[in-house]
This record gives sequence, structure tokens and C-alpha cells, in this order.
Amino acid sequence: MNKAEILVIDDESPIRKLLEITLTTHEYKVILAQNGKEGLQLAANHSPDLIVLDLGLPDKSGHDILKELRQWYTKGILILSVQNSEKDIVQALDNGANDYLSKPFRNAELLARIRSIIRRNQTENESTSIRCGKLVLDLTSRTVKLHDELLKLTTTEYSLLVLLMKNQGCVLTHQFILKEIWGVGYQTETQYLRVFIAALRKKIEVNPNQPAYIITESGVGYRFA
Amino acid sequence: MKKILFVKKSLTTQYLISVLLVIGIAAGCFCFSAVIHYRITALLLLLSVSLSAILFDILPVLVMAILSGLILNFFFIQPIYTFHITNTEDVLLFVIYLLVALLNAFFTFKIREIESKTRDKEEKVKTIKLYDTLLNSLSHELRTPISTIISAIDTLKDNRSNLSKSNQEVLFDEIDKASIRLNRQVENLLNMSRLESGMLKPKLDWCDVNELAFGLLNKLEPQLENHVLQFEPNGQLPLFKLDAGIIEEVIRNLLANALLYTPQNSTVVLQIAYQNDSCVITISDNGPGFPESEMAFVFDKFYRIPNTKTGGIGLGLSIVKGFIEAHNGTISLLNLPNAGACFTIKIPTETSFINHIKNE
Repeated sequence: MNKAEILVIDDESPIRKLLEITLTTHEYKVILAQNGKEGLQLAANHSPDLIVLDLGLPDKSGHDILKELRQWYTKGILILSVQNSEKDIVQALDNGANDYLSKPFRNAELLARIRSIIRRNQTENESTSIRCGKLVLDLTSRTVKLHDELLKLTTTEYSLLVLLMKNQGCVLTHQFILKEIWGVGYQTETQYLRVFIAALRKKIEVNPNQPAYIITESGVGYRFA
Repeated sequence: MKKILFVKKSLTTQYLISVLLVIGIAAGCFCFSAVIHYRITALLLLLSVSLSAILFDILPVLVMAILSGLILNFFFIQPIYTFHITNTEDVLLFVIYLLVALLNAFFTFKIREIESKTRDKEEKVKTIKLYDTLLNSLSHELRTPISTIISAIDTLKDNRSNLSKSNQEVLFDEIDKASIRLNRQVENLLNMSRLESGMLKPKLDWCDVNELAFGLLNKLEPQLENHVLQFEPNGQLPLFKLDAGIIEEVIRNLLANALLYTPQNSTVVLQIAYQNDSCVITISDNGPGFPESEMAFVFDKFYRIPNTKTGGIGLGLSIVKGFIEAHNGTISLLNLPNAGACFTIKIPTETSFINHIKNE
């Protein structure tokens, strides 16, 4: 089985070393870049399956690199950031990053995020149904089944679930979801989102207080696990 | 009271007040000169100079002393409306009046100067002492995990072949715990400096505090050893406009504190309510509570209750307080009647009972 190729763009050599060892141990092919310029070049030459991008680079801001990459690069981008920087994270996600991790992070978490972004890229075909655990969404018949039982969802709940499941494994920001479901002009009406997420959880989660499908990313958005 | 009296007035105001005071007393005594003996007038004027000496700078008081002396001479000492004094006794009165007024002004000022110098010195000593304790506990709190990591790694490196598997596990675990502890302390220091620099501005957004609490409880669950953590979601709770990240940090800090400092098998209860347009969060436990004498200081920066177990630098509660105040809220600490501490947080906030949204 040919393993995915990952490009790591980070100026800190210890982080590069550790990521290289961790990722190769898990049989990924790893390419390393120590600044933005090198990263953009390597991305163009290799077209890797996933890019791990640190937001704080010395030569160019990670946000600019992200924007340049997104002009042509369509596969996964995972952002590394520092703690307490929700603003940066939201900006990066809105500019096309798929997910983020705050330093310091746990390897298990890093590997899980990488796996789900790559999995999503590989299955991104025009399939008519999306499955996640016991939850099956059928796009043609517009039905949702949990444990083979049909769920009764309202139109909004259904659209919300489709959006989340289509972007499985990625963090979607509040603003993005509001714009997609309610349209332009509703980006600040986060209370709508809270209500519908709560309603949806009541229907699909075994324990809505310990959600397994819709995970809250405090101050940022939601992720469908 | 002392504070109000000693509010520093501008020099012009001091001159104005002292001159008006002298003129006022003199005018009053002059009107009633038929009943008030001029010696009494002298004493009244002297009294006003003495009082002013306590409150004002030296120059206005000296001006006041001289002005009142001249007024005394001109309007009250025979022959009046002249600066000439005929009676020897009156000459003596006038000279002694001036001397006492001037000496009074001068010495009161000197005493105040010395007092404030001593106060400054005491402040300085206190600051140095605080700084020392801070440095001590900080270097201890940061160095302990660092030295754990360094020595565990040395042991692992140097004895790769003859370390048993279980001992290796212990060392890895210690490195793990030490780095988490180090990260926590650095986070505390960063939070404190964010607060001190005034850079912390809450990003208010609609927040489901029940959900936030559950998320937090799920995270804390694995760390629970012999404690019970209780939370009953409040179904009547509206959405509050808060900074979710900050409120999560506040509750996490208080819960972690309660778990750390109450004996095994204690119960910690988290409650969230909506009262008087405020989000009210209480965290209570059935531990021994706080010593009454320490309760006033627990929110102070770097304050640690004497003889408590190590594992903190005394920043947690002061950060919590800072975070709450950044939300214009209040936090209070009480000992419950049947023992146990209770922290109550009140944050005035916008609310949304979003029943009007159509779910279609």
C-alpha cells in the first residue's frame, strides 16, 4: 500500500525532527521545509497528500503561505499554532485550512487529525451516501439512518448535518456554517447555530452531553468526528 | 476617612482655602467683637493654622500664618486699623502668635515628611519580600519539572540496556507529568501577563454554558482519582453572551483547585443558574473549607495559604478573579455552614431565550 506523503513546514528544527520521526514511524513519507519559500517550492514539486503548516514562520506569515497554497493546492492542510490564538485559527480555517492543532499537542491527536484529513481527501468522490459509525446519510433520498432506524430531521437540521458530514474530520468555523446554512448576513447569529447543534445532538448522539459525532471546538467552530 | 482628608489638592486651591479660612474666621470674630475677646480670636486663628498644617503644603500654611498675624494685629489688637501696638502685653501676644503659628506649620510639615518616608520604606520592604517569595516559588515550580525531565532522560539514555521495562515506564510517566505541569505554569504566567498588560479583551459570543461545563467535565473525568464531581445541567438556562474560552478556563481552574485541595472522597459540585440578568456559577465542595483568617487574601497575586501542599505558584485564583473582572463580574468565597468552600461567580450578561427560532 503506498503511504501518503506529508510536507511539514516549520522553522523550529526540534519540531521538524520529532514530526519526521513520528510520521515515518507511522509509515508516512515525510518532506521537510524550514521556511515559507522552501515550503511553497516543495509543495509545487511534490504535490503532497497533506501539508502541516506552522503559522509562525520567520520569512513569511503562515496566513500568506496558506493563501498562496490554496490558489492551486486542493488537498489537506493542517495548521500548527500556539495556544490562545483563536483569532489566528479562525482566520486560517476561513482561508482554507482543514484543521488545526495548538502546540503543545499529543502525537495521538496529531495522527488522528492527519488520518481523518487524508481519509476525507481519498473518499471525496461523488458518492451518494456518507457513513460515519452507525450514522448513514443518503443524499439522493435525503434520509438519515442511525442504527438502521430512520431519523426525523427538520430541513435545517438535515442541511447542517450534510454540511458537517461532507466535511468530516475538518473544523468548520461558526461563520462558515452560518453562511452556508442561513446565508450571507447571518454570520454573527451564533445563537441559531447553538440551538440547532443542540437539537441535532439530541437526535444523533447516544449521550448528547458527551457528543461523539459533533465535537465543539471552543471559540472556533465544530468538527464532525 | 483618612484617605478623603488627605486627597491632595492643587497648590492654588490650597492658597485659596487657607486665605478664605483666615478671612472668614477674622470676619466672623470681627462682627462679634463685642462678645469675643481678641485673645480668643487669636486662639481660633491659631487653631485654623494648625489644622491647615495637617492638610496642606508648607508654603500656603506659612502664608496663612503671616496673613493671620497681620490681620490679628490690624483689626483686633488696640489700636485697631493700625499695625502699631502700644501695650507690651499685646506685643508679646503678637510675637508669640506669629512664632507659634510658624513653628506649628513647619514642624507639622516635617513630621508628615518623615511619616511618608517611613511608609515608602515599609512599602519597598514589602515589595522586595513579595518579589523574593515570588522568585522562590516560581523557580521552584519551574525547576522541579525541568529537573525531573532532565534527570529522567539522563537515566533513560545512560542505562538503556539494564533498565527494567517497568522502570522505564515510570520514567516516561514522570517526564509526561512534568511537562504537563510545566506547560500549566507557563500558561498561568502568560495569562497573568495578559491580564496585567490589559491586553485581555473578552470576545463575547453566544455560549451554551451547560455544554461548556459538560465538555470540561469530560476532560477532567480521567484525572479524577478519589473525588466525586457533580453537575446537574440546568434546563432553564438561556444562552449567555460570554467569552467561552475564558469562562472555561475559570471553571477549570476552580474545579482543579477544589479537586487538589480537598481530601479524598470529597464531592465537588458545579451549578449554573440565571439570576437577575446574570450568569451565576457556583463551585462548592464538602472539604474542610478555607481558614477564616486567610479568606481575604486568597485572590491576591502569588498568595498561597501557609502550609499547603506544593504544586502552585499562587496565581490560579488571582487569574480567575482577573478573568471575571474582565467580564465586569464578581467572584466571592464563602465557607458553607456544614463545612466546605463555595465560590460564587456572578457575570452580568446579555441573554437569549431562543424559543422564537423556528426549527423547520
